Amino acid sequence: MNDLKQTFTVSIYTENNIGLLNRISAIFLKRHINIESLTTSQSEIDSIFRFVIVVNVSEMMIKSIIKQINKQIEVISSFYHTDKETIFLETALYKVKSKSLFDEKHIQKIIKNSQANMVTVSPNYFVIEKTGWREETEKLYKELEPYGLLQFVRSGRISVSKEPMNISNILGLNTDK
Amino acid sequence: MSSLRISGAEAVIRSLLEEDVNLIYGYPGGAIMPIYDELYKFQDKLNHVLTRHEQGATHAAQGFSRVSGKVGVVMATSGPGATNLITGIADAQIDSTPMVCITGQVASHLLGSDAFQETDIIGISTPVTKWNCQVTKAADIPIVLAKAFYIAKSGRPGPVLIDITKDAQFEMMEYSYKKCNSVRSYNPVPDYSIDMIKKATELIDNAKKPFIVFGQGVILGNAEQEFKDFIEKTGIPAAWTILGLSALPTDHRLNVGMVGMHGNYGPNVLTNECDLLIAIGMRFDDRVTGNLNTYAKQAKIIHMEIDPAEINKNVECDVPILGNIKSTLPVLNSMVKNNSHGTWLNEFSNYYKKEYNKVINKEVNPSKDGLTMAEVIKEINLSSNGDAIIVTDVGQHQMVACRYAKFNKSKSNVTSGGLGTMGFALPASLGAKMGAPNREVVAVIGDGGYQMTIQELGTIFQTNSAVKIVVLNNDFLGMVRQWQQMFFEKRYASTELVNPDFVAIAKGYHIEAERVSKRKDLKSAVDKMIKSKKPYFLEVKVEKEDNVFPMIPTGASVSDIRLE
Repeated sequence: MNDLKQTFTVSIYTENNIGLLNRISAIFLKRHINIESLTTSQSEIDSIFRFVIVVNVSEMMIKSIIKQINKQIEVISSFYHTDKETIFLETALYKVKSKSLFDEKHIQKIIKNSQANMVTVSPNYFVIEKTGWREETEKLYKELEPYGLLQFVRSGRISVSKEPMNISNILGLNTDK
Repeated sequence: MSSLRISGAEAVIRSLLEEDVNLIYGYPGGAIMPIYDELYKFQDKLNHVLTRHEQGATHAAQGFSRVSGKVGVVMATSGPGATNLITGIADAQIDSTPMVCITGQVASHLLGSDAFQETDIIGISTPVTKWNCQVTKAADIPIVLAKAFYIAKSGRPGPVLIDITKDAQFEMMEYSYKKCNSVRSYNPVPDYSIDMIKKATELIDNAKKPFIVFGQGVILGNAEQEFKDFIEKTGIPAAWTILGLSALPTDHRLNVGMVGMHGNYGPNVLTNECDLLIAIGMRFDDRVTGNLNTYAKQAKIIHMEIDPAEINKNVECDVPILGNIKSTLPVLNSMVKNNSHGTWLNEFSNYYKKEYNKVINKEVNPSKDGLTMAEVIKEINLSSNGDAIIVTDVGQHQMVACRYAKFNKSKSNVTSGGLGTMGFALPASLGAKMGAPNREVVAVIGDGGYQMTIQELGTIFQTNSAVKIVVLNNDFLGMVRQWQQMFFEKRYASTELVNPDFVAIAKGYHIEAERVSKRKDLKSAVDKMIKSKKPYFLEVKVEKEDNVFPMIPTGASVSDIRLE
């Protein structure tokens, strides 16, 4: 069904210009669509940036949005993918009181089982990092919550598509594989 | 190219001259004073028209562009000067009018400090510009302006805003100019597929009841001749959207009238009976389609369009043909066979007869006492032989003018279509006259919209632009009143106007003016106006509560168009 809402990952390759984030987010704003997550970073091509945006909309809507994004002068190309078509991850950071680490033996087991990494340990707190799917970072959140989470933060989704994007071809650079 | 050491402000002027700009509409102020100082020095090469409000400058630039095909140029200062441009920019965006707006901005070290007349015009204008850019270094000015002109006029045209900080205007730089002819992330004219043209040919050759709806793409692509060749070879009846008006002469045998909410009876009803709908340079606006669920469902659809974002946006098409129709139509035309569709064309004539008897005749040749808007348009047609540029505002008068005005030449209809900006016509008519100085320009405006930009009478007087201004005065915001009558049980909430003495106001601006309220005086008054070599104002008191028909109520199907 074309009208059924689902999660789409939008990947946008752009020039690195001031104001482009505003221009892209305005396309969603105009259609009253909430952006679930958004990250920007350098892409595989020098000086080309990549936006990864997650939204929950119908396929009909995402098609029209992609065209509107492509229409922006400084957008090189954009794509949308379903979860099945991409490899995607999020990173979460958990800041916990150091006291819990020593008092509650169980917590060490949780960290070990979740395959999270210890980022830093200080006398007052320790920070662990977990990268994975939403369910994994969420599971760890639930497990750590009873021990007192001082801070929690999760990044937006980062994603690479299974299919090639061929951006170099679009740009006329012949470095693409 | 040898370089020249000059200020950023002078670089702005020299860049404009490189782009063959010789006319700017604008309004000075603190943050753009260095550029105005250079304008003063270059006034023998660049004419700056001081409008009475920055909105007027944008509409004048739009009017100029729409009749000349050139890029309209606007200047304004920071803060309120810049925000006052927004309505005109939004109008140019939705109606695809090429325009470059240059705004002054506070000095770069003050950005973000809430300095006097600072506003985030880049942020504000982003959703309504094709592109915008802030410049904080003089050296970037020629590069950015070259890009601005290229983007504004290429592909589907649109407005661009360049915001230049005051320090960048003062800063000295090494000037050289190179025109821009490509931007690597921007593909203005997508390639067409020959397979799609072959598919289209097959559909066209086999169609029994083919129907064309054309829009402004024909005019923007300068493809009037190619379009005419195509319809004449295929014999397909063609109807226009409001922005496509004048691309095909009114009296062309295959011109079957206007589609849409107040369009003609035949083209609307027959949209739902054709077997092939060929959309050319149009975007299936909701005012054209009515209810999409019942729009041309029986027909195959070919969509010829330069902007890929318009394909399948509102109406799913069977055969998309991307690209500029100036290039694609001749290819298609070389492949389709000669044809004629006499019986099908007769159906349009039959519907026209019905519409004529029910609506047109009583509007154009009324027997009642009160003057109708349509008879005023008829007199303008007669007096100007259909050679005038007609500039309209928004509302009942606009629909009536577009329905009844006669056009022999393209680029003759200037109106605010997509945005529906009241106040558009008066400044746009000034721009139209300057863009086509040898042509007759008649602005037809309602009494509501007229008062939204009435101060531009000052600009018209100061520039001695021989614009003919016709206000069709019904002392109402007529279109809203019509809806209140039809859909809100005649509750006339805030639609009645107590109007000033419009003739006295025009005369106050030293513009010759006359008022007509009786039929016997109309013809001579219109003739006198058209003969005048100077700006001229004519107020026509029309029937207060006339309605525009036919009409497709919101949400109804095009085939449910009402004649009364």
